[in-house]
Amino acid sequence: MSRPGAEGGDGRPRTVEVLTAWFETRAGGLLVPLAAAILAFLAGGLVVLFTGNNPLGVYKAIFDGTGLTYLFPWVQGSERATAARNLQQTLLVATPLMLTAIAVAFAFRCGMFNIGGQGQYWIGLIAALVVGTHVDLPPALHVPACILAAIVAGAIWGGVAGVLKATVGAHEVISTIMLNWIAIFGGKYLFELGGPLQGEEEFIPRSNDVTASAKLPAIWGTLQPLHAGIFVALAALVVYHLLLNRTTLGYEVRAVGFNPEAARYGGISVSRNYFLAMAIAGTFAGLAGALDLLGWKFRVATNDFDVGMLGFIGIAVALLGRNKAVGILFAALFFAALQVGTSTRQLDPTVFPPALAVNLATIIQALIILFVGAEILIVSLWGARRYVRRGRRVRAQPAGGSGGAA
Amino acid sequence: MSTGRTMLAHGRTALEPRRLAIIGIALAALAVWTALPPWMIRWEGVPVALGLLAAAAGLAAVTRGERRLGSWALALAGVATVAAIWAQTKDESSLGAVLNTGLLAATLRFATPLAFAALGGLFSERSGVVNIGLEGMMLMGAFFGIWATIWSGSWVVGVLCAMVFGGLLAAVHAVFSIHLRADQIVSGFAMNFLALGLTGYLFISIYGLQGTPPGVDRIPDVHLGFLHDLPALGGLLGPVFGQLNLLIWVVLALVVIVHVVIFRTAIGLRIRAVGEHPRAADTVGISVSRVRYGAVILSGMLAALGGAYLSVGFVGSFGQNMTAGRGFIALAALIFGKWKPIPTFGACLLFGFASGLAQRLQAEADISANLISTLPYILVLAALVGVVGRSVPPAAVGRPYVKQ
Repeated sequence: MSRPGAEGGDGRPRTVEVLTAWFETRAGGLLVPLAAAILAFLAGGLVVLFTGNNPLGVYKAIFDGTGLTYLFPWVQGSERATAARNLQQTLLVATPLMLTAIAVAFAFRCGMFNIGGQGQYWIGLIAALVVGTHVDLPPALHVPACILAAIVAGAIWGGVAGVLKATVGAHEVISTIMLNWIAIFGGKYLFELGGPLQGEEEFIPRSNDVTASAKLPAIWGTLQPLHAGIFVALAALVVYHLLLNRTTLGYEVRAVGFNPEAARYGGISVSRNYFLAMAIAGTFAGLAGALDLLGWKFRVATNDFDVGMLGFIGIAVALLGRNKAVGILFAALFFAALQVGTSTRQLDPTVFPPALAVNLATIIQALIILFVGAEILIVSLWGARRYVRRGRRVRAQPAGGSGGAA
Repeated sequence: MSTGRTMLAHGRTALEPRRLAIIGIALAALAVWTALPPWMIRWEGVPVALGLLAAAAGLAAVTRGERRLGSWALALAGVATVAAIWAQTKDESSLGAVLNTGLLAATLRFATPLAFAALGGLFSERSGVVNIGLEGMMLMGAFFGIWATIWSGSWVVGVLCAMVFGGLLAAVHAVFSIHLRADQIVSGFAMNFLALGLTGYLFISIYGLQGTPPGVDRIPDVHLGFLHDLPALGGLLGPVFGQLNLLIWVVLALVVIVHVVIFRTAIGLRIRAVGEHPRAADTVGISVSRVRYGAVILSGMLAALGGAYLSVGFVGSFGQNMTAGRGFIALAALIFGKWKPIPTFGACLLFGFASGLAQRLQAEADISANLISTLPYILVLAALVGVVGRSVPPAAVGRPYVKQ
C-alpha cells in the first residue's frame, strides 16, 4: 500500500518513511493488543496498589509462577526444575485455550459471538469420557475414538445455537449462554452421587478414570506432565487458518461475517453458514475438552463444573489474538501464563494471596477485552494528531494523487 | 416473513386458528389439573388423551397459520402430559407441599431480581445500546450494596451505594459503546468479567475467605396482616402478598412506571426515537449520545438494585459470582417480552416460577437438584424458539451513532 504522504522530494519514497508506513499498516494488528495488555496491567496494578500491596512485587511473583523464567539461561538448579514444572503447566493450559479461542474466532469471522465455548468444552469432555471409560479399544484407536466423540458432541452443542439463529433468529449470545448452563448443570447431574455416570467410589461425586489405552502420551515432565495434545492444538491452529482462508467454506463464512446482506445477494446461504460456523466452532471447543480429559484430567468431578473458565478465557484469547491463528497462539500462551502464574499452586502465598490473584487475573482479562474491543481508543492514543494531519494533506492533494486515502 | 404469513391467514379465516391454539393450551392445562387435587385422577389414559387432543389442536392451528400460539400449544401438550403422569405417582400431601401459595410467593421472589435487571436492560436497549453487561451490573450492586450496608449499618445506604456503583459500571460501558464506538456486545461482556474480578477481589481483600459477617441489616419485609383477614380471597392473598420484601413491591410499581415513562412521556418517546432512528432523532434536535448515556446508566442502576435485592434483601450475605447468570436470564426475558415492560415482567414471572418450582421439587420430590436446575435455561431456549419471528428489537440496537 503506497501512501501519498510517504513520498520524498524526488517522487520516490524515502526508506524511513517506507518503514514507518509499513509499521503503521502492519503493526496496527500488533500495536492494539500490546497497548491493550499494557494498559490492562497498569490498571490492574492500580487495583493492587489501592488495596495496599506492591504491584511490582505481585507481578514479579506472578511472572515467577508462570515458569517463563525457564527460558532464562541464568536460572539454574532447583529454581530451574520449578520453572520447568511451572512452564509445563502453562503449556498444559495453553493447549485447550488455543482451541476454545478458535471456537470463538471462527464464529466471530461469521459475524457471531460464541459465548458457548464453555458448554461446548464440557459436552466434548463428557462425550470423550463416556467413550474413554465405557468402550474397550486398542490404544491406537481409543484416543481417536474419544476425540471423534468429543468433536461430534461439541459440534452438536454449537450447532444447536447455529440452527436457532438460522431458523428463528434467536440471538446466539443468549442461546449459547443458556446452553452453557444446561451443560454445566447437566454435567453435574451426570456425575453427582447416584448420577448415571458416577464412578465406582460410592461417596465421591466424580467419574471413573479413562482407561490407560485412552490416555494421551506425556512428552515433558513427570508430575502432571505436558501431553501430546499440544501438537493437536497446534495442528488445529493450522487447520483453522487453512479452513478460513483457503477453502470455499471459509470464504463464505467470512463473506457472511463481513456483510450478511451482500453475501445473500451473492448467492451464499446465510443461514447454512450460521449453522456451519457454530457447529465448527463447537468442534474445536469439544476437542479442547477431549484433550484436557485424555491428556491430564482423566476424570471429572461435579465441582470441576463450577470452576471451569477455559471457554470464557478463550474469548479474551480470540480478541487479543485478533482472530488470527498466530495471534491466538501467542495470546493463548499469554493468558495461560497469567492463569498459571496466579494459581494456588504456583503463586507464592507470602507475596500475594492466590484467592486475590485469581480475581486480579479476571480484572486484567476484562480490561484487555475492553481495550482491544475499543480499538479507536488506542489508535487515537497512538499519534492521533499525525493521522489527522496526514488526512488533511491527502484531501488537499489534487485528484490525481496515487493511492488515495486508505 | 412468518409474521406476514400469519397476518394473511388472520385476514382470511378471522380468529379461528388462534382460537384452536388457545383451546389446545387450555386442554394441556386441563391435563395437568386432572392429576392434582381435587380431581386426583390416577389413570394415565386421561392426561394422554387430553395431551393428544391438545397437540392436535396445536397442530391444526400451526397448519392454519397461527404458528406462535400453535407451537406453544404443541409444546405445552408434551410438557403437560409428562408432568401429569409424573404427578399421578405422588400422593396428595406431597403434591400439596410443592404446589401451594408458597410457590406463588417464591415465584415473585425469584422474579424480582430478574425484573429489575430486565427493566434496566429495557431502557438501554430501547435507546439502541445492547447491554449484556447486566449480569456484571447486578454483581456490582450485590457487592457494593452489602459492603455499604455493613459499613454504615443501614440498608438504605447500601441500596443507594449499590445503585451508584451499578451506574458507574454502566457509565464505563456507555463510554466504550457510545463514545468510543466499541462493539457493544464485546464491551458488555468485558463489563461482566470486570465486575466478576473486581467484586471478587474486593470481597476477598475486605472480608477474607470467611465471607461477610452475619447479622447484616436487611431490606425489610412489608407485613400486610389484614390480607389474611380478607373474606374469600384471604386464604390466597395472605400467604402470597402478606409478607414480601420491600423491593418486590418496588419492582411491581416500577413495571407500571416504566410502562408509563416509555410509552406515555416525552422522555420515553425520545428514548424510543433514538433507538429506532437515531438520525431522525438527531435531526429534530435530540442529543442521541446524551439520551443513550442516560439510558445506559439508568439500566446499570436498576440492574444493581436487582443485585442488592439478592445480597441485602434476600440472603444477607455476598458470595463470589452470586448472581449466577441471572443477568442473562433477564436479557432473555427482555427479548421474550419484546422490549415492552409488562410482557417482560410476565416473562420474568415465568422464569421465576420455573426457579421456584425447581427449588421446591428438589426439596420435596426425589429429583436431582442439578437436573432440575437446568429447567429455567431450557425454558429460555424454548421461549426463544416460541417467539418465532415476532420479537423485533429496536432498529438501531447495537449500532453506534456517528453524528454528521
